[in-house]
Amino acid sequence: MSIVATQINKSFGSYSALANVSLTVPSGKLVALLGPSGSGKTTLLRIIAGLEHADPGSGRILFHGEDVTDRPAGKRRVGFVFQHYALFRHMTVFENIAFGLKVRRCRDRPRKAEITDRVRKLLKLVQLDELGGRYPTQLSGGQRQRVALARALAVEPRVLLLDEPFGALDAKVRKELRRWLRQFHEEVHLTTVFVTHDQEEALEIADEVVIMNRAQIEQVGTPQEVYDRPASPFVYQFLGNVNQVRLPIRGVDSVGELTTSADGSVAYVRPHDIDLTRFVDGVPGEPALVRSIHAAGPFARIRCMRGREDEIVEAELPRSRLCELRLSVGDAVLLRLRDSKASGEDFSI
Amino acid sequence: MSVAASRRSVLPGFGLSLGFTLTCLSLIVLIPLSAAFVRTAGMSWTEFVAAVTSPRVLASYRLSFGASFGAALINAFFGLIVAWVLVRYSFPGKRIVDALVDLPFALPTAVAGIALSAIYARNGWLGFLDPLWGSAVAWLDRTIPGIAWKEWLGVQIAFDRPGVFIALTFIGLPFVVRTLQPVLEELEPELEEASASLGATRWQTMVRVVIPELTPALMTGFSMAFARALGEYGSVVFIAGNRPMHSEITPLLIITKLEQYDYRGATAIATVMLTASFLLLLLINLLQKWSRRHHRI
Repeated sequence: MSIVATQINKSFGSYSALANVSLTVPSGKLVALLGPSGSGKTTLLRIIAGLEHADPGSGRILFHGEDVTDRPAGKRRVGFVFQHYALFRHMTVFENIAFGLKVRRCRDRPRKAEITDRVRKLLKLVQLDELGGRYPTQLSGGQRQRVALARALAVEPRVLLLDEPFGALDAKVRKELRRWLRQFHEEVHLTTVFVTHDQEEALEIADEVVIMNRAQIEQVGTPQEVYDRPASPFVYQFLGNVNQVRLPIRGVDSVGELTTSADGSVAYVRPHDIDLTRFVDGVPGEPALVRSIHAAGPFARIRCMRGREDEIVEAELPRSRLCELRLSVGDAVLLRLRDSKASGEDFSI
Repeated sequence: MSVAASRRSVLPGFGLSLGFTLTCLSLIVLIPLSAAFVRTAGMSWTEFVAAVTSPRVLASYRLSFGASFGAALINAFFGLIVAWVLVRYSFPGKRIVDALVDLPFALPTAVAGIALSAIYARNGWLGFLDPLWGSAVAWLDRTIPGIAWKEWLGVQIAFDRPGVFIALTFIGLPFVVRTLQPVLEELEPELEEASASLGATRWQTMVRVVIPELTPALMTGFSMAFARALGEYGSVVFIAGNRPMHSEITPLLIITKLEQYDYRGATAIATVMLTASFLLLLLINLLQKWSRRHHRI
């Protein structure tokens, strides 16, 4: 079931949360809406779910070509999972999951045995078989979020929408659960959109990443595309570490291969795209001084100061390379950009 | 290691504060209340039973407990609506309405009684309701015979049973509103959104999600309004008409006995009132505890 949103505007008072945003989610894909807080990603998700309405006169929401713009949330058949679970405290896990089936009108409501059967299956799916009789307060955060997911799936939604589903969990559970979600998605191929501000999370599990900033979509692409070929300085900075290097840089012939700021005075370079060599007079490269070396982990992070520009640039080298160079703080080095960028076929600004 | 040392808590002063609490509680609550029991103990058992079960006294229990319970129920319902409106919507004059809710707390109850009776009396602003009520009760009496409707519901509003009910409702409302307000403010909107996205109608969301979340607070508010109504005297006596066997509340009967220098009779009735109120409040508290059994965070 594909989702199409066309030219959505949404403002809260004078604040514009979404400005003419259009988005297409292909059927069966797992799509991440990624962006800093206040970028409008949650608002977009809530508009897709029908929990929020776009400004009057602005665009439409289509599910598989069918216009659902004027349909209330309950009639869109979406499964929505909230950041803070929003489980019903006075109901057991079982009752929570069965809720969406029990509130149906008589003629659509499955028989009791059927409801029990379906809830059992969902409990098994989210690996909580034994906990149907517990109350939400007796569960851990990860378990609660899985109950919320099972509850959303119980109504057999056409699309699954998750609002920062792992945001309230600790790092370890978050990683487990997001891998589980990816695996689950492989099995059922339900069109899924999830909101996150964690770029690692988005890049790890999404088929497609939608990067949002200031009420607009900056870039849409597979995780590899958006990481390797960021469409804007914002995306560059938002996805991973990046150096802002003032131009010109000695030893770089074609600036066209770099992503630069609007006025062309600053280039964006990832630390692992910078190589260091010991300073040798006459060899091309940008001279710099080593200010600090952090050598924990597989890569060493070396902070250098460009001589003329009074500017800190961070380079990331494999540990072996660092040993080879035998660098220490205060040494003079030459910064060079790795070739990897040049091999990018059609890299554009 | 000594027992005392192992029990040392991070919050010192338990002994002191408990002692202080018990002293205050004794001086202000327990000793005066026990005086009622001691006074009563001077009576023989037959005297006591005769004093607390005379027909006039029994009629007053029925009215006091019945009207208080009914008023607390009405307050639970309307208090929920008032709290809902005050929390969920914003409208001009909201702060004034919010402040007005507290008025029954602050108003001398006699003032409330006088004001209510002036308004509901036949020549008052809402006096036109009086004959309407009378004919409604008369209609009930004709249509469904066999029940003493006129006895139960009275034939007019002021100076009859409905007046008692109105006064008790008036003084109990703030309790429900003020206990519900903070709970409603804390209620996550996500709960209602989750319910809506799962296909529940607004009504189902209200009945299955919101009301159960509010039940413990609603019961607290209910029991406070009920307790307050049981003890209310000042406002009721002005509007009740105070007809023996019909619209006479128990607190008034106690005062009447005192005025006739029948101290023992008064304390006997007071003892019954005390015991009954205590048991009822205890029951409500147990129910409330049961209703919030899953609300631990």
